[in-house]
Amino acid sequence: MSAHRVSYTLDSTLDTVNSAEEAASQIATEAGFGDEEVMKIAMAVREAAVNAVLHGNAYDPGKKVTVDFERTAQALVITIRDQGKGLDLAKVPDPLAPENLLKTSGRGIFLIRSFMDEVEINPSTSGTEIKLIKHVHGATADGKEASQ
Amino acid sequence: MSMKTSTRQVDGVTIVDCSGRITLGEGSVTLRDTVRELLGKTNKKILLNLGDVNYIDSSGIGELVSAYTTVKNQGGELKLLNLTKKVHDLLQITKLYTVFDVKDDEAAAVKSFGK
Repeated sequence: MSAHRVSYTLDSTLDTVNSAEEAASQIATEAGFGDEEVMKIAMAVREAAVNAVLHGNAYDPGKKVTVDFERTAQALVITIRDQGKGLDLAKVPDPLAPENLLKTSGRGIFLIRSFMDEVEINPSTSGTEIKLIKHVHGATADGKEASQ
Repeated sequence: MSMKTSTRQVDGVTIVDCSGRITLGEGSVTLRDTVRELLGKTNKKILLNLGDVNYIDSSGIGELVSAYTTVKNQGGELKLLNLTKKVHDLLQITKLYTVFDVKDDEAAAVKSFGK
C-alpha cells in the first residue's frame, strides 16, 4: 500500500504552532476523517507543537521543529520533533490528580493521549520525538481491515 | 480568528462576552487582561459567556483556571455561561467541569451570584 508523506521544518515560534495545526486539519480532512476526529487530530498536533516550541526548543531561533505527516490506508501518523534537551516524562504530572486540578499548565500531553489512538514519546538528549497515530475507521492497529 | 471580549453589567454582575479562540498567545492574554482589569475596578462577580468561543487549547484551559482562582482569591466569584460542546467536552475530560460553576441560562446565572 502506498503512503503519502509531507514534511515541514519550522521555526520555534507561535506561528509554527498555528501552521502545524492548520496542516493537520487539512491533511486529516483530506484523509477522510470526520469533523470531530479532524478537530481532535488538529488539537493534538497543536499541543505537541506547543510543547516542541515552548518546552523543547524554548523559542530558540537556532532550533527547528519538524512535523511529518504520513497517510496510509490504515492510519494517519504524525511525528513532531524538537531539538531541545529531551522531555523528562517522570516530571509530567497527572493533571487529573486532585492536587493538580487547579494548576494552570500540564494538560497538553494528557489531551494528546485523549485525542489520538496511539501516542509514542521518545525523549533523547538531542530532542523529543512524539508520534501521534489515528487509525482510519475500520482498520486495526496491525493494518488489517477490521471485521464489521 | 483571535479572541475578542466585551463586557456589560447586569444586576451587579459583569458579563464578559467572549468570542473566537482562547489559545496560547493572544487569546489567553486577552482573557487574562480582561479579568485583571475587572478586578482592578473591583468587579468581582464575573460571568464568562463562552457561547461564541469555538476553540480552546490547554493554554486556554489554564487561563480559565487562572482566572477562576485569581477571582476566588480576591473574594469574588467567576462562573461560566453557555459552553459550546467542544469546550464542555474539554472541561469534562480534564475534570474541570465540576470545579467551575457552569450555567446555561444567563438570567439564572446572574441571580446565582451572592449579594
